[in-house]
Amino acid sequence: MSTIHPDQLTAERLAGRARPPASTPVGGDDGTTRDKPGERATLVLNDRSFKELTDIICGYAENPPPRWWLPIFGMAASIAGLGSVFIGYLVITGIGAWGLNNQVDWAWDITNFVFWIGIGHAGTLISAILCLLKQKWRTAVNRAAEAMTIFAVICAATFPGIHVGRQWMAWMLFPIPNANAIWPNFRSPLLWDVFAVGTYGIVSALFWFMGMVPDFATLRDRADRRLRANPTGGAVLLPIIPIRTDRLRATIYGFFSLGWRFSGRHWHRYEVAYLVLAGISTPLVLSVHSIVSFDFATSVVPGWHTTIFPPYFVAGAIFGGFAMVLLLLIPSRELFPNMKEIITLRHIENMAKIILATGMMVGFAYSMEFFIAWYGGNEYELYAFTNRAVGPYWWAYWTMISCNVISPQFFWFKRMRTSVLVVFIVSVFVTIGMWFERFVIIVSSLHRGFLPGEWSMFSPTAVDIGIFVGSCGVFLTLFLLFLRFLPAFPIAEIKAVLPQASPHYGHGDGAHGHDDDHDHADNAAHAAHADHALPHGEGTAQGDKH
Amino acid sequence: MANPIYVTETGERLYGIMAEFANPGALYHAAERVRDNGYRNWDTYSPFPVHGMEEAMGVKRTFLPVLVAVGGLTGAGLGFTMQAWMAGKDYQMMTQGKPFLSWQAFIPITFECGILFAAFTAIIGMLALNGLPRWHHPLMKKERFLSASDDKFFVCIESSDRNFHPQKTRELLEKAGATSIELVEE
Repeated sequence: MSTIHPDQLTAERLAGRARPPASTPVGGDDGTTRDKPGERATLVLNDRSFKELTDIICGYAENPPPRWWLPIFGMAASIAGLGSVFIGYLVITGIGAWGLNNQVDWAWDITNFVFWIGIGHAGTLISAILCLLKQKWRTAVNRAAEAMTIFAVICAATFPGIHVGRQWMAWMLFPIPNANAIWPNFRSPLLWDVFAVGTYGIVSALFWFMGMVPDFATLRDRADRRLRANPTGGAVLLPIIPIRTDRLRATIYGFFSLGWRFSGRHWHRYEVAYLVLAGISTPLVLSVHSIVSFDFATSVVPGWHTTIFPPYFVAGAIFGGFAMVLLLLIPSRELFPNMKEIITLRHIENMAKIILATGMMVGFAYSMEFFIAWYGGNEYELYAFTNRAVGPYWWAYWTMISCNVISPQFFWFKRMRTSVLVVFIVSVFVTIGMWFERFVIIVSSLHRGFLPGEWSMFSPTAVDIGIFVGSCGVFLTLFLLFLRFLPAFPIAEIKAVLPQASPHYGHGDGAHGHDDDHDHADNAAHAAHADHALPHGEGTAQGDKH
Repeated sequence: MANPIYVTETGERLYGIMAEFANPGALYHAAERVRDNGYRNWDTYSPFPVHGMEEAMGVKRTFLPVLVAVGGLTGAGLGFTMQAWMAGKDYQMMTQGKPFLSWQAFIPITFECGILFAAFTAIIGMLALNGLPRWHHPLMKKERFLSASDDKFFVCIESSDRNFHPQKTRELLEKAGATSIELVEE
């Protein structure tokens, strides 16, 4: 099997000459969701070789994008630009341009902040916690999920940044020596937030970057090889700019690859560093949303002052984050060639199961809040919760319940979990529900003060809506750029979970590494038993280390 | 004892001998052979980390986790000291009737600072121990070597190794099942 271009594969498939059935219809069964005892489901379909995987994944960054990419990118970027215009208007006018009033002084801004930061949690959960739990299926989704995390943190950080009112003073959030000789209040959860979100953004970006270093090196080497094969020709950036695309790739990807050369000694330290980072990111991801919840939980506002908030917020964050991962990856795998081979139906099903589990936790938290409001005997608390369900914001509360508690219940059924369309629709509902959850917590608790004279309602203005929609545009723009220019899947990590990546594959005789005659059952069985098999070397150095 | 300096036929200094292997299994067994023949300055190259390779190569476990622990504790210590000094001494502001040095309230930021420093130590430490970033390497001149990032597996024994011998080293790699062997110039 020589080099296979993704487009060539598509063409072959259309011509009915594809080697294996390369694509599955929407909601179709690709065979990965059937459980066979004693056997692991295949992680990459169609028995791909290392080379084919490199070609498929690098193809996303090297080939011209699919036809839909540019229009959608243009639309997303326009929405992002429009949002920036609203932010500019807000900075010039002041935050009175929002619908905030004397009583409801946190509304969409903080709702959006918590919404986005929550979405960011799925990425680190997939890259860190699932890594520690040795869930190999994470390799197909972790790169995209980490990218999504960083973009979500960027969107999230915007909102407190512009909510401070005098945005040009936002640097005072950090302990920077200043002419007033004052320091921030370290006893305030809002400052804890600055450190938690800041650390989270930086550590996630480091984790993401470190994962991409070997893949940048792969892209670098491919560009380098094309340059050597064709020293003078090759595609140029634009007819008027005579810079060769491959020269640009070799330089830029080469810069970010940090000179990675796939050395075994380097891989060893790399793997240890990755594991250590996963280990420290796990408490980090749990701490971030806990600290965000402290913004509310340490106040004395009824409906906020509850000890259930940290675990409840973390579960909600993972819940909403996985919904967003699915929201982005389901269309991507339909639209990009060969992506269904890497993100199989089983990956979708696994994430649907996580949504179901975390959705049940969130539902449990909703009911516990009500129970404690009654059992605690505090009449303000009880009022706050009754008011949520039957007060003027009842519609928001019941939207939240139906989206977050009722809609994931479909996932009890395997038919639903393995139907891409159903999973996508539920993910849309969950995303809406999680936005409403934050809205309900923030606005419904604030809009009834302790005195009836403080009672008021909140209604958003065009600026509120414009900035939120704009943040969605920023998110989508960044994600589309990611899919186009960066390695969208961890190439090295996916190769490492292929059956032929085991040094004992094919009884370790080293004669035939990847062989198309092997069927999947065989490969999986070899991989599963690899740890117990003795490598059969050719005489010397019998490896009895296992 | 200084190692002899080897040159190739073109008169360039020899960096080492590079051998290509077809699959992870072959690389694994070749690594075991090279290890058992007492070589020190050599390395394997594979598109992904091969399971158990550090044992096959006889690589000692890295002390990176210790570095990370030191980095993390330093970060946590600095974070706490910063808060204690700023809120407890330099700018004493009475909030909620709490003591100035209310250490309990300083824990979240102490924790985050610890994580931040640990993460930086993990990545910078990993790169530093690997001798990276490094923009060029003798191996990268070899066109064949570029497929180490794709689907080929390599062993390179450096001429600076005490046991290096142009003939014997080559024979060792041949016997280990190399599919191609090349000299690498410095």
